[in-house]
Amino acid sequence: MSSSTFIRFCLVPLAVVVLAFFILPMTQLIVAGANGPLGLKAYAAILLEPRYRQTLVNTVLLSFTVTIVTLVISTIAGLFVQRNRFPGRSLLIAMLTFPLAFPGVVVGFMIILLAGRQGLIGEITSSIAGGKVVFAYSIGGLFLGYLYFSIPRVILTVMAAVEKLDPRLEEAARSLGAGAWAVHRDVVLPALTPAFIASSAISFATAMGAFGTAFTLATNIDVLAMLIYTEFTLGANIAIAAALSVGLGFVAWAILALARSFAGATIAAAG
Amino acid sequence: MTKTRILFGLQLAFTLLVAAFLIVPAILSMVAGVTVNYFRGIRSGVTLHWIGQVWELYADTIGRSFEIALATLLVTLVIGVPAAYALHTRGGRFSRIVEEIITLPIAIPGLAIALALILTYGGIGGFRRSWLFILVGHVIFTLPFMVRAVMAVFATIDVKTLDESAASLGASPWRRFRDVIVPNARPGILAGALMVVTLSLGEFNLTWMLHTPLTKTLPVGLADSYASMRLEIASAYTLIFFVMIIPLLVAMQWIGAGAGLMPGKKS
Repeated sequence: MSSSTFIRFCLVPLAVVVLAFFILPMTQLIVAGANGPLGLKAYAAILLEPRYRQTLVNTVLLSFTVTIVTLVISTIAGLFVQRNRFPGRSLLIAMLTFPLAFPGVVVGFMIILLAGRQGLIGEITSSIAGGKVVFAYSIGGLFLGYLYFSIPRVILTVMAAVEKLDPRLEEAARSLGAGAWAVHRDVVLPALTPAFIASSAISFATAMGAFGTAFTLATNIDVLAMLIYTEFTLGANIAIAAALSVGLGFVAWAILALARSFAGATIAAAG
Repeated sequence: MTKTRILFGLQLAFTLLVAAFLIVPAILSMVAGVTVNYFRGIRSGVTLHWIGQVWELYADTIGRSFEIALATLLVTLVIGVPAAYALHTRGGRFSRIVEEIITLPIAIPGLAIALALILTYGGIGGFRRSWLFILVGHVIFTLPFMVRAVMAVFATIDVKTLDESAASLGASPWRRFRDVIVPNARPGILAGALMVVTLSLGEFNLTWMLHTPLTKTLPVGLADSYASMRLEIASAYTLIFFVMIIPLLVAMQWIGAGAGLMPGKKS
């Protein structure tokens, strides 16, 4: 067997599996979206039908807020642990990145333990103020859950980017008389922009599509993933569920592809 | 000087607060899993009773998750390692497009992929009801991690020269692949394997749609316990999950592949 035949042969298992279990099913999904009682209009329903549109707006607003808040928190924490050396630093980094492998369902449970009916926040507020604060099962809980999910990922991205910064640029700025604040504003933060774009894309796209956390917290939180799930299982509204998932998949992919072309990094959202 | 120290203190306090937000609930859940009565607190005593209950209720889900994770690993190895070799050697536009396509399942929400699989193969009852249906979903989702981890190693070593010198000594393509390529790709294969197993063990979004009452996995069981069991049982179950994935996480940190799970990494 010649080398080039062997190399082609190496791609056969991949081609078979990806064609049969990814490309064919995704094509079916796109077709199914257009095959319901609404026809092709199912794809427009997400924008035209007020109930779906409201869900879309909610999801986008929530994902956007999560992204901004995550970015601010993770930049402060990431810069701090990467720039300073102190005892316990590696333990602190381990704590900040430990939840990286938690699936969405487990993140949901973490939020229940924090802000649920038997949660820590409820305990503290009822002993201090007398009133029990419980918000795990609302959009506030979901917000906290998505933060929990995104912070470790974004901190890692920020830390990696800070490590690659050229310290001479900062020294140059300082020797020219720039104060600490000016150095950060004019040198450090602009140099971190590619990392910011990459991590915003990850956290926005994951928040748009995340299902496990919303599922654990409550079935009636009004976000896109839950809408798809209820349309499919409870409403048996397969065409709408398919059209919505195609739309969601496309948006998630497009955001990541766009960010990648800006940032030049291979990025994608997990789970 | 005092100004920088105040700034240091503020940043440290902030970072500690963030770490507390992430770690406190995990600790609460570990404690709750071995507490007699979480409502009364740890003073009520420490027990393994809840772990035992979880074992009685959900042992099958734990076994099945391990089976599926190992099967997923096997399939991604058989498909992914040769494919990574071929994609690296061929290079060019074709390889980039293939890589882009197989990476799509990381970006597309699991819910969409699961719906697509159900629409296409849900009618084949025997397949739909078996654990193989879940396996297919896990393979599609984890495959890009294996392929990219192996390709990342190929990018750092000079595979072409190795391959060509083995060829000039008369080794057949298959022997070169087995005796030269695979041994050299070992660090990538190991990193990819750890990622595939960790992701498969924790996969929920696809699995929730693909499972049947007889093919529940650990994360599916977790969701079930969160919804219907008392907090102590849900916590004990989560504790078992932590015990399963923490060694994998530590191993990944050890070989420096931890960032691989975090897909923002430059490849």
